[in-house]
Amino acid sequence: MNVQKNIDDVAKLARLRLSAVERDKFSRQLEDILSYVENLNELKTEGVLPSYHVQEVKNVTRPDESRPSLDPNSFLKHAPQARDGFFIVPQVIE
Amino acid sequence: MNSNPTDLTLHEWSDLIQKREVSSTDVVRSLLARIQEKESKIHAYIRFDEKAALEKAGHLDNIPTESRKGILWGLPISNKDIICVKGVETTCASKILSGYIPPYNATVVEKLNGAGAILFGNTNMDEFAMGSSTETSAYGVTRNPWDLERIPGGSSGGSAAAVAAGEAIAALGTDTGGSIRQPAALSGCVGLKPTYGRVSRYGLIAFASSLDQIGPITQDVEDTALILQVIAGHDPKDSTSLDIPVPDYRSTMKKGVKGLKIGLPKEYFIEGMDVEVKQSIDDAVKVLSGLGAEFVSCQLPHTNYAVATYYILATAQASSNLARYDGVQYGFRAKQFSSLVDLYFQTRGEGFGEEVKRRIILGTYALSSGYYDAYYLKAQKVRTLIKNDFDKVFDHCDAVLTPTSPSCAFKIGEKMNDPLKMYLSDIFTISANLAGIPGISIPCGFSKEGLPIGLQILGKHFDEATILKVAYAFEQATEFHKKRPDVRRAEGSKL
Repeated sequence: MNVQKNIDDVAKLARLRLSAVERDKFSRQLEDILSYVENLNELKTEGVLPSYHVQEVKNVTRPDESRPSLDPNSFLKHAPQARDGFFIVPQVIE
Repeated sequence: MNSNPTDLTLHEWSDLIQKREVSSTDVVRSLLARIQEKESKIHAYIRFDEKAALEKAGHLDNIPTESRKGILWGLPISNKDIICVKGVETTCASKILSGYIPPYNATVVEKLNGAGAILFGNTNMDEFAMGSSTETSAYGVTRNPWDLERIPGGSSGGSAAAVAAGEAIAALGTDTGGSIRQPAALSGCVGLKPTYGRVSRYGLIAFASSLDQIGPITQDVEDTALILQVIAGHDPKDSTSLDIPVPDYRSTMKKGVKGLKIGLPKEYFIEGMDVEVKQSIDDAVKVLSGLGAEFVSCQLPHTNYAVATYYILATAQASSNLARYDGVQYGFRAKQFSSLVDLYFQTRGEGFGEEVKRRIILGTYALSSGYYDAYYLKAQKVRTLIKNDFDKVFDHCDAVLTPTSPSCAFKIGEKMNDPLKMYLSDIFTISANLAGIPGISIPCGFSKEGLPIGLQILGKHFDEATILKVAYAFEQATEFHKKRPDVRRAEGSKL
């Protein structure tokens, strides 16, 4: 497996800017970690069900009733940029 | 009363408050005095608010005795910087959450407030709880009170160091792969990870959602029982929490270990383990046998695969959970960017520290198209095998006893350049998270260098009562939990 080649793709998927130093360092370390986790392949797991929740809890729902929410301003107060009840981001539509 | 009033536990302070021998304000003042003296050496806290704590204490003191409800009345409990307290900046020790002030309380905070406690200060931690040494914090390292050149363990290292140094009477931690138990062991405290689903995670900033649990770090077992009593229980706001009755831990834990069957898994007593750790565990087994517990050998054959399983599942879940930090809604936003997508790239690149980025990369990789089956799905299947191992052991054992950590606290910087070596320091704690079972670490000895050694007791799902019983019996029969680090003694003190 060529991690050097992949790391840029993965960083792009993760929306993560990496410096050149980080890119080299992480590539090397990921190679080590991935070769370590290869030991899982020693185990035969055909027919074993994957664990999603250790207690096997499924589809917990609550009654579909409206409830009061927090005041939106309590969220917007600490946003990096906000105005008139909205978050501000760079223009996305020309 | 002990020679130094700040050495008191929660239950000892509580008795004095109830008898009106001290006020909550006295307790907070004595804590602040200790922090004033020790914090520059330890750096256990990211932030605390003296004024707010004294105001709350004053308010509680003014409430007449007959109107006081709650078993933690007037007692300050320190918080890990990952649990939301309304109006208090909460950052997960990360630059990317700087300035984030939660508009709501975590359920555990609501419950502690309801029991009369004072949430005091946010303790240092590994960034987003990713680490075993508290060295990945954006706010600098925390030092181990037993040896200032060493790490206090992690990720709840600030909480453990604060309790060990007397800078906290008790604290909250969180445990995803050992982050309560390992720092408790390395700093000489008691730390308990409850069963997954026992304590609500509402308001706990997520790292790996299928593994995270909140629990106490304290000076003794009784205090751990006291806090667990308050925070345990079903919460409709957390769909993974379960509605299972919560027993009265403080009375059940005092019933003794006679007739209990405790398993010793042979996979946990491996070559390469520190000889002093091994010796202390052997001695502990003798103590508990003397109290009437029966020890049997048992097997957890998939133990060797736990670290690999954990680092795939935990990083994958983290990469998904941490996708929300994009510089739009809260926290840090990069100054320079050319578009919305570039804002995400720059904010995340500048806002996350190295270990967090490494884990996001690993987790994204494990979940990416073409690799999902080979890594994430495979790890989930191995997780089932690990859980089945414990189910089999608990068919004939009431609890399992192991070391908490293969070695004592290591030196600051020792493992920072080798992530795999750091990950392997969690080898004895992560299986409990994968299996979802409860575990407690208690002090059981000291190395020749004077460093604390921890003993881990694991139990059945929702059977915290039994592991507390074993822990309490051991603690009553030994003196390890009473030893204090030198840094805790007042300088120039005549004591």
